[in-house]
Amino acid sequence: MSVIYLLISVSIFVAIVFFIAFIMAVKKGQYDDDYTPSVRMLFDDELKTTKPKQIKTTPEKQV
Amino acid sequence: MDTSQSCFHCGLEIKKSDLIVFDSKNFCCKGCQTVYEIFSTNDLGCYYDFENSPGATPLDIEGKYDFLDNEKILEKLLEFHEDNTAVVSLTIPHIHCSSCIWILENLQRLESGIRTSMVNFNEKTVRITFNSDEVSLKKIVNLLSAIGYEPYISLENYETGVKTEDRSLTYKLGVAFFCFGNIMLLSFPEYFEANEFWIDQYKGFFRWLIFALALPTFFYSASGYYVSAYKSIRTGMLNIDIPIALGIVVMFVRSTVDIIMGHGQGFFDSLSGLIFFMLLGKMFQIKTYNFLSFERDFKSYFPIAVTKLTNGLEESVPIYDVVKGDRLLIRNQELIPVDGILLSAEATLDYSFVTGEANAIVKKSGDKVFAGGKQIGKLIEMQVLESVSQSYLTQLWSNDVFQKKVNQHFKTITDQISHYFTPILLLIAFAGFGYWIFFDVNTAFNVFTAVLIVACPCALALTAPFTFGNILRILGKKKIYLKNALVIEQLAKVDTLVFDKTGTITTTEKSTIDYQGTSLSNEQKRLIKNSLRASNHPLSRMLYADLPEVELLKMDSFEEFVGKGIEAHFEGNKIILGAPNFVGNPQKQNVAETSIHISINEVYLGKFVFKNAYREGLSKLFSSLSQKYQLHILSGDNDGEREVLEKLLPSNTNLIFNQKPEQKLTFIKNLQDKGQNVMMIGDGLNDAGALAQSNVGISISENVNVFSPACDAILDAAEFQNISAFLKLSRKAILTIKWSFTLSLLYNVVGLSFAVTGNLLPLVAAIIMPLSTVTIVSFVTVMSNLYARKLNLK
Repeated sequence: MSVIYLLISVSIFVAIVFFIAFIMAVKKGQYDDDYTPSVRMLFDDELKTTKPKQIKTTPEKQV
Repeated sequence: MDTSQSCFHCGLEIKKSDLIVFDSKNFCCKGCQTVYEIFSTNDLGCYYDFENSPGATPLDIEGKYDFLDNEKILEKLLEFHEDNTAVVSLTIPHIHCSSCIWILENLQRLESGIRTSMVNFNEKTVRITFNSDEVSLKKIVNLLSAIGYEPYISLENYETGVKTEDRSLTYKLGVAFFCFGNIMLLSFPEYFEANEFWIDQYKGFFRWLIFALALPTFFYSASGYYVSAYKSIRTGMLNIDIPIALGIVVMFVRSTVDIIMGHGQGFFDSLSGLIFFMLLGKMFQIKTYNFLSFERDFKSYFPIAVTKLTNGLEESVPIYDVVKGDRLLIRNQELIPVDGILLSAEATLDYSFVTGEANAIVKKSGDKVFAGGKQIGKLIEMQVLESVSQSYLTQLWSNDVFQKKVNQHFKTITDQISHYFTPILLLIAFAGFGYWIFFDVNTAFNVFTAVLIVACPCALALTAPFTFGNILRILGKKKIYLKNALVIEQLAKVDTLVFDKTGTITTTEKSTIDYQGTSLSNEQKRLIKNSLRASNHPLSRMLYADLPEVELLKMDSFEEFVGKGIEAHFEGNKIILGAPNFVGNPQKQNVAETSIHISINEVYLGKFVFKNAYREGLSKLFSSLSQKYQLHILSGDNDGEREVLEKLLPSNTNLIFNQKPEQKLTFIKNLQDKGQNVMMIGDGLNDAGALAQSNVGISISENVNVFSPACDAILDAAEFQNISAFLKLSRKAILTIKWSFTLSLLYNVVGLSFAVTGNLLPLVAAIIMPLSTVTIVSFVTVMSNLYARKLNLK
């Protein structure tokens, strides 16, 4: 039954690892801005290289 | 062509005469077109894909940022600078959509010296890391301005330098949550199978582990409560933190004793849960609007540097280095930072942000000019009389009244309750102890601690934060931004409302111009409009914009007489516009109104009268407010509008005109001395003193991103007619809190009945504590949302 000591210790240890990860995230400032990243992830990584000339929009289309 | 075309870049309506078609897109001006060109030639055309017309027209900034060449200023602005790596954070008020984020984070495409740039949307800042060998800060700022994202750099940046964020509450909350979760898990076995062989064997291990986990919560997460309780005892005010701190300490000691003596597992699960929930409430109550500042003083208006003239050479110097005797150059739209004497022939100064007076003042060579005026028109030269710290405006700000707010003590509703709560609680605890001591000393101690534990006013302490936090969010969505939760309580107490006139109940967006006199022929209108064209006087500009479009004429001669008016000649016609005595008005003049008089060929025709346009829904708002509040209007202007206002507003509204900033302040102080709770609604710096003095100062703003004086709340002008509803909601919030207090006291009574009879088991505490928390939190959230919906605020 002494396995319980081991199991509890392991579970606490795992919890502490996550806790440290949380502290690191706060320290890095990940919780300071909760809006911009949500927009940023929607941008394409690569810029479109198609010249805007090809996608000429007319005033009527872009309402 | 369609008249309602809007600019592809900035979205503004295009005036027919200004339309530029480029790349088969319409632009309102050269500036917008240039930005489009920059973006499309650098493969940044995506800018226009995320949002329609996201841009802003770049303004002319020629020479404005020359001060960024000054090493001393540069070092103050940079967050970090070593070798060739430099980091700077710039506030850009225009940041408003995803396109903005995208373009600002792709700055390196436009300027190779920029390594990375990161936008913080909530704070409207961009943090740029750049190679200082390749590109200077001035170049970056000029680039940003050229693409329509001009940063705002003021004296405030110079003083504060780099801000550090306080994240301690997040850490405390994290620690509390970690410990709470694990302790809960470890406490569980004993609740279910007490006295079983298996549990018995591992009891010690579990208990000591729980004890170890409780230490960080007790010593770190809850530390704020001990400090606050200690302070409150020292000042003699019994606030809510005293019973909380007492409860926590007693809980910890009793539980430790329990574990050491082997009585049981103690109350560590309740303890850590309690701390976690209370910190959560604290977090919820803090709703910050990072892009707004409620603590502005003149520093956020003042420029960081000014152009000094030494031996005919222009040089940018930090404002604090300006000394008496220096010669300064002030450009168009620049603020005069110090008191001095005008050296140029004449200056037109706009003091609107100091005095609230809309019309510009003309000064002549040799006149004294005061700090705070904005030069309109040509470049002027002045000699410094006083350094910045000695100037009138700065002195005014150092005046005590502007600092007063700091000393004001306000007793919150929670503090009021706890004023009674703490003594009663101690009384019950000692009474229980006194009763049981005759039977059994052990039970007596148990009862004593149990009372303090169970009565620890967790639910009570959570009520206000959750209600106020929720109300703050509801109001924030309705574009009234409160400084903190305290403002809601103060709003609910208000019984007197004081409004400023210009810019508050009138809109600065438009003013109506009435013509009185002999009716004008089209030919005459054409002459007037063309005469006005060359004039830079603000009234001329307004009248010019108001008159219908006419064909352009080349005047034969044009002369502007400062402080009087203009005289123009065209094909034998003599046009005189301006002040009544200059034009030769035969009628008795009404000094109170703002007007332009007209005569053509020596015949007096009439006058254009400028009237402020009142905000929509003003009468309705005032008549609904007048039933409950005393209303005053304080105006810095003359009483020309008295009649109009009397017609528009309920008869019991008190109208006072010709008020200087100091008089506004004393007026409010007098009301307060009579025991009234005053809410001041104003704009501009001329109200700053009154806003600071009042119990609640609300600054109204057409655009919340531009700068407003120090205040308790910032209201978007579009929501002006909702003031009545906001006030009602704040009173309902207090009502909700009172109901919730009753509810949480009921829980306390139940808990106490367990405690005084000596039956409080850790299990009971562990059930009552979260149960009361959950009920209270959901009760106040539901109630405040319900009230908001009733008032159409949701």
